[in-house]
Amino acid sequence: MNVARLRAGALALALAAATAAAAPAPSASGAAATPGPAAASGATVASGAAAASGSAALHGDAARGERIYDRCQACHALAYDRTGPRHCGLFGRKAGSVPGFPYSDAMKRSGIVWNAQTLDRFLADPTGVVPGTAMGYAGVKDAKERADLIAYLAQANRSAACRGG
Amino acid sequence: MSFLIRTDGVTTSAGRRALLGGSGLLLSGTAVALLAGRSVRAAERAGSAAQDTRILNTALGAELEAIAAYQLGADSGLLQKPVRDLALTFQGQHRAHADLLASTVTKLGGKPVAAKDKYNFPTETLKTQADVLRFAAMLEKGAVSAYLGAVPVFGNRDLAKAAASILGDEAMHWAILRNALGEVPVPEAFVA
Repeated sequence: MNVARLRAGALALALAAATAAAAPAPSASGAAATPGPAAASGATVASGAAAASGSAALHGDAARGERIYDRCQACHALAYDRTGPRHCGLFGRKAGSVPGFPYSDAMKRSGIVWNAQTLDRFLADPTGVVPGTAMGYAGVKDAKERADLIAYLAQANRSAACRGG
Repeated sequence: MSFLIRTDGVTTSAGRRALLGGSGLLLSGTAVALLAGRSVRAAERAGSAAQDTRILNTALGAELEAIAAYQLGADSGLLQKPVRDLALTFQGQHRAHADLLASTVTKLGGKPVAAKDKYNFPTETLKTQADVLRFAAMLEKGAVSAYLGAVPVFGNRDLAKAAASILGDEAMHWAILRNALGEVPVPEAFVA
């Protein structure tokens, strides 16, 4: 069953990540695994439709992403604000800019403009990329899952559900 | 506290000269503690507490929304009595979660978020009892994921344990709602 494989795969990945975290630190030449705030704010140039068509969105499977989006629905909805802000109009939007939504100061100051790249970085480690964010969530650690989720968000933003939002 | 104060409270001039002699600087208690790593740890603890407070407040906001959502269902006139009773039981459990979260935020020195005057719910899609149950199941499933994502980022492991306890309760809600909808109550071995 695809969903079962997806979840088992995610758990295996989480366990692998935990094992790796317990291992000795990589050498200085090793790749940095976790982007910091500067990394997030460094990718703020792309915007709008072009941003949505970044590699993460292009390579993601929107149908799988829709199932992953279930995880977001404790706090988020596409068309309206809840505990978290709405996702319609996300691509090209400056972080912390939905009118009337009570963002954390950290998010308002982040300088991020949401696109496939910045979403990919933020979703991997929300509290690491924007320290002080109200989104106290460990993140979507699986890169493929993030790509799927971003593909779904891009698709949803083109849908009727968002066109009026 | 000065580094130069002995435990009996007597300042040692010899010790002072020795410290001043090398660098011309008198290390403050803060600097000494910093060198010892204590202030770093204190700052980490303070930062961790601030992050914990933010996580708790976000969870509190979601719990308050869930309380309102169950009230919407109970008042909808769409639920049969046993289902309505169940919804009110779940609402009471969400209220218990919210009370605990709010009191913990206060204990940590934060200000608990208040319930909104009005919540956005997709009322236009709630036409039957099954619609209401499906909506509640979606919220509970999301809540399970949200707590699962919060547990690893709590600095205080006792708070992580409390969040895991709430997660378990909300997973039970989700399973019972699925069962009421005629779906497999526990569809997977793992939640995500």
